[in-house]
Amino acid sequence: MDNKVFAIEPQQILKIKNLVKYFGKREILKDISFDVFQGDVICIIGASGSGKSTMLRCINMLEIPTSGEIIHDERNVVEEQDKLTLYRTKVGMVFQQFNLFNNMSVLENCMVGLVKVLQQDKAKAKQTALHFLDKVGMAQYINAKPHQLSGGQKQRVAIARALAIQPQVLLMDEPTSALDTQMVGEVLAVMRELAKEGLTMLIVTHEIAFAREVASRIIYVEDGVIVEDDTPDVIFNHPKDARTKAFLSRVTTGLA
Amino acid sequence: MTSAMPVTFFGWVYFLLQQYGVLFVKGALVTLLLAVGGTIIGCVIGLFVGILQTIPINPKDGLVKRGFYRCIRAILAAYVELFRGTPMIVQAMVVYYGSMQVYNIDMSPLLAGFIVVSVNTGAYMAETVRGGIISIDVGQKEAAKAIGMNHFQIMSCVILPQALRNIMPQIGNNLIINIKDTSVLNVISVTELYFLSKSAAGAYYRYFEVFFITCAIYFIMTFAVSRFLLWIEKRMDGPDNYSLVAHDLLADPCGPFTPKKGEK
Repeated sequence: MDNKVFAIEPQQILKIKNLVKYFGKREILKDISFDVFQGDVICIIGASGSGKSTMLRCINMLEIPTSGEIIHDERNVVEEQDKLTLYRTKVGMVFQQFNLFNNMSVLENCMVGLVKVLQQDKAKAKQTALHFLDKVGMAQYINAKPHQLSGGQKQRVAIARALAIQPQVLLMDEPTSALDTQMVGEVLAVMRELAKEGLTMLIVTHEIAFAREVASRIIYVEDGVIVEDDTPDVIFNHPKDARTKAFLSRVTTGLA
Repeated sequence: MTSAMPVTFFGWVYFLLQQYGVLFVKGALVTLLLAVGGTIIGCVIGLFVGILQTIPINPKDGLVKRGFYRCIRAILAAYVELFRGTPMIVQAMVVYYGSMQVYNIDMSPLLAGFIVVSVNTGAYMAETVRGGIISIDVGQKEAAKAIGMNHFQIMSCVILPQALRNIMPQIGNNLIINIKDTSVLNVISVTELYFLSKSAAGAYYRYFEVFFITCAIYFIMTFAVSRFLLWIEKRMDGPDNYSLVAHDLLADPCGPFTPKKGEK
């Protein structure tokens, strides 16, 4: 074997194997498999109700998969649930509805994970939190409470909160869907910046133009199945599957 | 002391206040002690019960662990139903005389009363706390989970501080109810306000005048408490405004986002 090949191969962060999720009798995810490598920016696209969000929530174990494996650090997370809190510090999550902690200031929102979960001392945690708040342009607002911020600001804080615990991969569940167009811009700008810095991200999004620009890979999901998993160039310019083609033409005409 | 007995209503009130003022104050203090102490302990009990009842049962947990949680839930549900479903006056009799007869524990009436009020309030508070916990939108809980917090941390850092704020009016209700309802503890001779009033009234057979005074004292206590709780609620809400921090915190003016002009 040629060792050089291994040397340049990016590190695998997650391996998702045959993931299946039922809600009651409804099968939402049917046999989902894909890998996430260091530096990947994967945009997951698909129609509403196709199972994109469920897929992301399963990866963070917010929904417990019915069957299948999620391999992280050579461990199957689905089986070893007692190590779940540790796993979740490696896999950050940003939600559509921001879900900031309303009883804490912006700074406390970003510090609480470091202090309580990673048990850092407060001074160090504050420094880390400030660093990431500055990155998302919210360092000025550290004393504000969530209800005093606009939607875009809240989402930027939520991103800083997720980044503060320095996860290996950041999952984003429709981070701009609850925002109006002006605020979408500011959040996308932050995400673009993070992608440039090489942060590994898994983004469920309806922002097709953004996905096309930033993603290193696009996963198209329909009815709980991964239809195509390829580079943006292939997906957008020469999709192999008729379903992908049909979805993209629907979406792009909708946008025009 | 006047040798002649008073003739008017207010004359009697004045006379009784002079005669029994200390007694009224003592009774009021015991009532307050029982009500405030009982409510605080009741809240603590309610918090624990509420937290334990909302521990999620994961279907993938082992049979023993799930059985254990279910067992705890059943016991707590029984506690809540039993103490909400029987009158406090009867509970007082059962606890006071029962402990003496069955376990040979000779506790003071005050201690027995204290236990009854606490446990009774705990049963109500358990449901209130449970309501407060489920009123906090599930997203914050998920966000807390997503940064690796465990159930206890999620509860203590995120959910309970908000739930407590939301149930403050109900805690106030409970405290006010307790100030009034500790009067039933006179059946086990707890020397609270009602009990002492009764003995004061008996001395001169002036029931109306004495209980007029008692009534006023109860009202002063409940009114003061209700205002005090409103003030606490306001304090919990914190200030309406916040101050911006100078932007050169980390001396990086060209981060991805320099705030726009006019943006606060």
